[in-house]
Amino acid sequence: MTESKEPVLRVDNICKILGGKKILRSVSFSLQRGELKVLIGPSGAGKSTLLQCINFLIPPDKGHVWLEGTEIQSRRKRDLYAFRQQVGMIFQDFNLFDHLNALENVAIALRKVKRMNRQAARDRAVAELERVGLGDKLELFPAELSGGQKQRVSIARALAMDPKIMLLDEPTSALDPELIGEVLSVIRDLARGGMTMVLATHQIGFTRTLADEVLFMENGSIIERGLPEELLSPNAGTRSRDFCSRLDELYAENE
Amino acid sequence: MHNSFSVVFEALPYLLKGAIVTSGIVIGAMGIGLVLGIHMAVGQVFGNRAVRWLVSLYVWFFRGVPVLVLLFLFYFGLFTLAGLNLSAFAASTLVLGMTTAAYQSQIFRGAILSLPRGQLQAARALGMSDIKAIINIILPQALRFSIPGWSNEYSIILKDSALAFVLGTSEIMARSHFVASRTYQDLPLYITAGCLYFILTWLGVRALLKLEAKVRIPGYSH
Repeated sequence: MTESKEPVLRVDNICKILGGKKILRSVSFSLQRGELKVLIGPSGAGKSTLLQCINFLIPPDKGHVWLEGTEIQSRRKRDLYAFRQQVGMIFQDFNLFDHLNALENVAIALRKVKRMNRQAARDRAVAELERVGLGDKLELFPAELSGGQKQRVSIARALAMDPKIMLLDEPTSALDPELIGEVLSVIRDLARGGMTMVLATHQIGFTRTLADEVLFMENGSIIERGLPEELLSPNAGTRSRDFCSRLDELYAENE
Repeated sequence: MHNSFSVVFEALPYLLKGAIVTSGIVIGAMGIGLVLGIHMAVGQVFGNRAVRWLVSLYVWFFRGVPVLVLLFLFYFGLFTLAGLNLSAFAASTLVLGMTTAAYQSQIFRGAILSLPRGQLQAARALGMSDIKAIINIILPQALRFSIPGWSNEYSIILKDSALAFVLGTSEIMARSHFVASRTYQDLPLYITAGCLYFILTWLGVRALLKLEAKVRIPGYSH
């Protein structure tokens, strides 16, 4: 590992007030190439808003975002669109395009944004869908896919754009328990393949094994950060540990 | 002495030509309404305050004034004032087109608003501009969901087109009236006119139902 490399993504002092409520209070972090940072914390902590502020789907009130050392000027539309192409985003409820089949869902941005021709876009889309294990579902429409399959299509859609980083906003929270595994395994493969990612999740086990750093958010701030074994070990005595043990209890009760 | 059957039979080719004129007015008006209506709906949903205000002013005007008044207002008033020398056919088509645009814009607006908002977010996240997202993601779905409302609007405009008679357009109603006033066979002629309108309505609505089935998204129930 080389030290003091320039971070791929740097987020500085992001603040956001929505409806008079402070959702984000000066959030900062940075991401090295190949790193997986996991955002955990209670609902309403601001994890989702933070991810959407990073690619300006929600414009932050204050703060700066750098991609590979270049600050993003979100007011310049062209810069903003170019930046977003390099940042893959996965949503909790998939947000597939309902009128397009799996193949077209992946191909449309290649054609309309990257201006690839129909055949090249198709080939790339097929390759990405095969990568997430959906090579036999190309012609199916979102309404014909299970939740886990939909989320994998949305991951293929993001990967096809060759993103430099990926933002994953609770990708398994809308899934039935038996479908979570197939999506987590795709994300695990991405992490092992060196994809740089920020993942908001409640999957603590997954976080323990794969996170390079855990960011614990509460009330719009990152209040704890560190290696998963430091923050989440049984006698760490941290706020993160407390939160996770309550999640564990919850799932234990359900079983 | 005219036999009612023979009058209708002899007048039928003449009346059918009227049906072609009526179809021309309706197709023209629905086409104008489609193009204007889509733009207005997009403007009303995604536009800035000035655009939204302009569109809603337009919609209030055309929804608030009777079609008959609009036909007279534009044909004898505004078109002349603007130095346009339009035929009665063109003027009727244009006025009905502008009127249906107001209603159609609201059909499309409702359809756009009924789409899950996340799809626009996903399109933006992929680097699409709003225009690209509207053209490639929003409208293909919104227009599908608009077909039932649009079909209803078609049947209304078809019947409103009978008002073009007052400007002297030689459509179904004008021709029926003309023959009736010369043969005094009002009842059979207006029954025939009614049947022609009914058939045109039925054909159009049926065609739109077919279109709706053809473009239905597999597995999707809305």
